[in-house]
Amino acid sequence: MSKADILNTIRRGLGRGLPSDAERQQVLARITRHERNLIPMRGQGSESEVQALFIEMAKEAAAEVIELPSLQALPGAVREWLQTANIPDLVMASDEELKSLDWTELHPIVQHERVALAGDLASLTLAFMGIAETGTLMLYSRKESPTTLNFLPDNHLVVLKRQDIVGVYEEAWARVRALSPGQLPRTVNMITGPSRSADIEQRLQMGAHGPRALTIFLIG
Amino acid sequence: MQITSPQFKENARIALTDVGLQKALGNVKNGFPQKRANAVKRLPEFDQLRDQGRDLKNHIIANLDIYLEEFEANVIKNGGHVHWCRTSEDARQTILKICQDKGAKTVTKGKSMVTEEINLNEYLEANGITPVETDLGEYILQLRGEHPSHIIAPAIHLNLEDVSETFHAHHHKPKSMDPAVLMQEAREELRARFVAADVGITGANFLVAETGSSIIVTNEGNGDLTQTLPKTHIVVTSIEKVVPTLEDMTLFLRLLARSATGQEFTVYNTLSTGPKRPEDQDGPEDYHVVLVDNGRSDMVGGELQEMLRCIRCAACMNHCPVYGSIGGHSYGWVYPGPMGSVLTPQMIGIEKAALLPNASTFCGKCESVCPVHIPLPKLMRHWRKNEFERHLTPKAARWGIKTWAFFAKRPTLYRLLSQTSNRMLRLLGGKKGRIHKLPVVSGWTDHREMPAPSSKTFMQQWNEKQKAGH
Ligand code: SF4
Repeated sequence: MSKADILNTIRRGLGRGLPSDAERQQVLARITRHERNLIPMRGQGSESEVQALFIEMAKEAAAEVIELPSLQALPGAVREWLQTANIPDLVMASDEELKSLDWTELHPIVQHERVALAGDLASLTLAFMGIAETGTLMLYSRKESPTTLNFLPDNHLVVLKRQDIVGVYEEAWARVRALSPGQLPRTVNMITGPSRSADIEQRLQMGAHGPRALTIFLIG
Repeated sequence: MQITSPQFKENARIALTDVGLQKALGNVKNGFPQKRANAVKRLPEFDQLRDQGRDLKNHIIANLDIYLEEFEANVIKNGGHVHWCRTSEDARQTILKICQDKGAKTVTKGKSMVTEEINLNEYLEANGITPVETDLGEYILQLRGEHPSHIIAPAIHLNLEDVSETFHAHHHKPKSMDPAVLMQEAREELRARFVAADVGITGANFLVAETGSSIIVTNEGNGDLTQTLPKTHIVVTSIEKVVPTLEDMTLFLRLLARSATGQEFTVYNTLSTGPKRPEDQDGPEDYHVVLVDNGRSDMVGGELQEMLRCIRCAACMNHCPVYGSIGGHSYGWVYPGPMGSVLTPQMIGIEKAALLPNASTFCGKCESVCPVHIPLPKLMRHWRKNEFERHLTPKAARWGIKTWAFFAKRPTLYRLLSQTSNRMLRLLGGKKGRIHKLPVVSGWTDHREMPAPSSKTFMQQWNEKQKAGH
């Protein structure tokens, strides 16, 4: 059998047999400890430094950042953005935090709550975290927020609350683990700017298969 | 794919005179090294991270069986399946079986070098399943019937004209020389394919033992559409990709993008864990991980073990003067450049790949940029030694080395001989001290001059210096 064959070859190479339970536990303790490796200083500043760094790095990765004073200002800002881009429809995630807002302000733009379909022009989702060291958004799949919303539409609008910005990836992992202990969501996305490719002569072009534009509404 | 590594010299000769290829290779030399250097400069801890990356990989390899079993247990716990495949043939059959069980007709594919390694596309096609490459570079190559020439920039050997002609021929649209327009054409062509596919196949940059997750790293988002839209997601990857925790994965992610494209972070880093949850509205219903060995387990404990640290960033080929002159296809199989010169003999046999480890100037640039400090020149020398011992070296070279060894073991004779040949070479060199033609080795002097040696042998100079009290 392939499995036994592969594992035996590895063990032979390592010059040992089947590890004992104690040996196995000793190695796997690394997993329970969630030991952190060296974390670069860059993301370890004060709260305000970290937030400024997030904005700077996200913009560097070609994301647009729009700062809003509160969630209440979101529907109006989204409408404005979509009208400027001449987009009549929006596919939205259905998280309670988003749903509870007054979306009559979105009018005349039509709102849909469903998975994304090929041809959709814009989606709106809620980010779980922002990671300052590289201006990265973290999102995850759940009933209210299907993953296709993050990839199929031409424009991805993402809501991020200022208090959800952390300095480094490690802080985000700690929070992801706390979501549902023992099991990650099916998909955890780390997104840094819009889709791109340099496969033709190493010349960078934006908008390969994923969204051509990534807009972050930063709240608070 | 057809192996042409035995014709390496001929491949290289043709590559050197291929005007289009030489122009395209300029995009490697003029792009990647500078971008990497800039990214490294911006992260003061980069070298410390490299040391940690090396040490962590060594720890993983020393416990590879334990981490792989832990990974498998957690994939199963999350409702996924793991398939262990010793050979390429095992892997191909396993993947085909999963596709057939699902009644699959088309399969979309994210970028994966392991599927190149196991020759998956041809096999699926021969069995009536259509694979569709979705990475822009891979898509271009599939239309052209070619294979990647670089592990992260598969179509780097092509120029804009080539892509323009290929798309014009296949897309039936007006010919364009604008890369943005060409990319949009590919985007539109592939949309419907993403949605129609029955199975999505991706690779994995890392496998996380702690959570039973795989992660893919892409800039285009094609891998995400590939693994989200179809009902079945198959991850085809290799056994050395496992890491203990999310924190450990993070260490390598900090090294990977910077070493590869010089980006601070790749656009999409996506972790997949099992199939979709019952309440999820999209995502695959099945999640399979195909773990390919293909000679890797045999490297554990051997002289090539350090090669298992490789995170496939391509920095070694991006900085290699040989790769930069002849391109990836000259190497004649899936993995080119310095990392390929070490891996290819292991995977297809040293008999077929004996010339690759010799395709090095031993300048050491590859090792100096490798994010996990793989001593690539040392590993290439391992193959050279192995090749020599197995009598695969050309006769003339073997005769030369043996003759030298005979004299080297006999100091008096050696000195006498070197004094005599020194005098001979000085006579040939004349007043200018340059030798234009050497009997026997005209292949060498046809393209360069050889400096005539100094009047005294090294041993004579050494003895004189010793006497003079230096
Ligand atoms: S050998 Fe080192 S430099 Fe080359 S691809 Fe592997 S990790 Fe990167």
